[in-house]
Amino acid sequence: MHFSPPFAIIPLSSTTTVTIGGKRNELKGSDVSIEGVSKSFGTFTALRDVSMVIRKGEFFSLLGPSGCGKTTLLRIIAGFDDPDGGEVSLDGASVLSLPPNERHVNTVFQNYALFPHLTVFENVAFPLRLRKTPNATVRARVGDYLELVQLSAHADKMPAQLSGGQKQRVAVARALINEPSVLLLDEPLSALDAKLRQHMLIELDSIHDKIGITFIYVTHDQQEALSVSDRIAVMNAGQVLQIGTPHEIYESPATGFVAAFIGETNMFEGTVASVEGTMVAVDVSGLGRILVTEDEPPAAGSKASVVVRPEKIRIDTERPAPAKRTDINFLEGSVDEPIYSGSSTKYYVRHQSGIMLKVIKQHANWSDEGPEIEWKDKVYLSWSADDAYLLGAS
Amino acid sequence: MAPMAVRSRPSRGPGRVRNYGPAYAGPAGIWLTVFFLAPLLVIVAYSFLEKGLYGGVEPRFSLEAYRSLFNSVFFRVSLNTLGISLATTVLAILIALPCGYYMARSNRKTFLLMLVIIPFWTNFLIRIYAWIAILGNNGFLNALLIRAGVVASPVQFLYNQVAVTVVLVYTYLPYAILPLYSTIEKFDFSLLEAARDLGCTRRGAIFRVLLPNIRAGIITAVLFVFIPTFGAYAVPLLVGGKESYMLGNFVAEELTRTRNWPLASAISMVITLVTTLGLWLMFRLQGKAPQAKDPARSGGERRAP
Repeated sequence: MHFSPPFAIIPLSSTTTVTIGGKRNELKGSDVSIEGVSKSFGTFTALRDVSMVIRKGEFFSLLGPSGCGKTTLLRIIAGFDDPDGGEVSLDGASVLSLPPNERHVNTVFQNYALFPHLTVFENVAFPLRLRKTPNATVRARVGDYLELVQLSAHADKMPAQLSGGQKQRVAVARALINEPSVLLLDEPLSALDAKLRQHMLIELDSIHDKIGITFIYVTHDQQEALSVSDRIAVMNAGQVLQIGTPHEIYESPATGFVAAFIGETNMFEGTVASVEGTMVAVDVSGLGRILVTEDEPPAAGSKASVVVRPEKIRIDTERPAPAKRTDINFLEGSVDEPIYSGSSTKYYVRHQSGIMLKVIKQHANWSDEGPEIEWKDKVYLSWSADDAYLLGAS
Repeated sequence: MAPMAVRSRPSRGPGRVRNYGPAYAGPAGIWLTVFFLAPLLVIVAYSFLEKGLYGGVEPRFSLEAYRSLFNSVFFRVSLNTLGISLATTVLAILIALPCGYYMARSNRKTFLLMLVIIPFWTNFLIRIYAWIAILGNNGFLNALLIRAGVVASPVQFLYNQVAVTVVLVYTYLPYAILPLYSTIEKFDFSLLEAARDLGCTRRGAIFRVLLPNIRAGIITAVLFVFIPTFGAYAVPLLVGGKESYMLGNFVAEELTRTRNWPLASAISMVITLVTTLGLWLMFRLQGKAPQAKDPARSGGERRAP
């Protein structure tokens, strides 16, 4: 059976004659600075004193659950909403007094917002037509951008005749043709199915590499944010909780919310029992003493939460040989529920104290040391103190 | 038993669906034939017959009725009717567009819809008399103006083309608002933001994005207002004067006073023809899907050999 994917991935080493952008990694676009921005709708506070600096040419994500204010912030940058207070500036110049049509910013809307009465070509040409660009120029420019998003063959179709992924690409081409210095993307992939979402993400990333302007990407999907962003701002309840690279956000989350929101996590509250150098021992009621390495250890006696990711925990059916290392944590428990998901299995393991731990085990023959772990099996969990981290009481 | 039952009706295989369409359409078809098509044919026939002495017709073929249409009075009344209908249509659409837009964006849609529909609860003629009470020489508006000292003696508002147009706009406004509201309500307002984002001014977004996308609603509204106003009779009769005489009044005159039924029929035919022409024009406009006509635009297209 012949299968042709409904999308095409732009080759990274493109040999096409697209005359858009410059050399790869050449930084263009604008610095976007947001200072103390607040916004309320009636009694609902959407943004609370939000500040961040987005650097020229960066792929920057605003990540958070729905209602966290990320879309409001994007709408304020685009000019659709005015903040109650604070400042938004592009390359140091305030844009708050400018209407949306005068900001050097374009948006890819969540529902694409393609004009249903215009062809693909005319949708992309829309900004040029507004400026009464000569026909020959329009044809050339629109041709270039349709090629960039691999839609040249669909120029004469109406939006209703396109698939979701194609609509998405028209929206991207249309937002880029004005050569904005910042591209705002409002959950652009949320309407696509999982597989297509992956491919569009790769396409967006490669378009970002080609065009080199600042991308501000709003999403509630941590996988999306982690895989393409240069930096991520994690938001919740109208506040910025942490700004950092995907690695920083995942490996050293600033708050319990960030830890829980980005990826899965085990979190145990306890009291710091002792500190030796960077090795912190935490007493967790039920689990006993847990070791954690921490560069800036808290004082003994203070409250702290131990956080460890499920994939960092090793699961065995037999008691492992006594460790030669002293920084390993051991726990025993029984499998409450194994959840098979293809590449890995997630186990919910119940400790004798009743505390539930999540453990993820990758499937590969080299790691299949023991027999298959099943429901009700007695298991031994172990992890290194280095793989866990501490969060202050909050 | 069950297989037997199936075998006893061999002609009804599975998947064979009876078409009940004509049966369902029957009552409406009969209704329209009896009460619309048949009278229309009677009018067509009458317009080609000779007029009877005291009304009615003589069953002899004649083109006299159509011949007598070629005179300056009929021409003037026709132009008058067309002018009033077009003005009414344009004004009604111009008022209905912002109304429909506001209603569609409001969060009290049901309430506003009620307000539009409420006038239908009162008899049409009573509402025209209400306008006479407002615009008349001893009416509300004149009383107000005199008390405010704007004018010394009553202003003649009634019995002219302006009065006819105002009352016609009032009468047919709901018919313009409702189709416009229902199309604007389905319009995706984020398209206006997209237009703004891409460089449109507020007004530009309305003209370039909103209006083209609610064209179907505008066309429906135009038809709903133009067709009844072109055949208007009661409004020009009650609030109009000599120079706001419309074709509908002409027909009534010929039917009742002059008793020239063939002429009345012929004028009716003209009204029907003009409204049908308008209908056809609007449907053509509606059917014309926006399409890229410039083949050079699809220059990037490659056809498989």
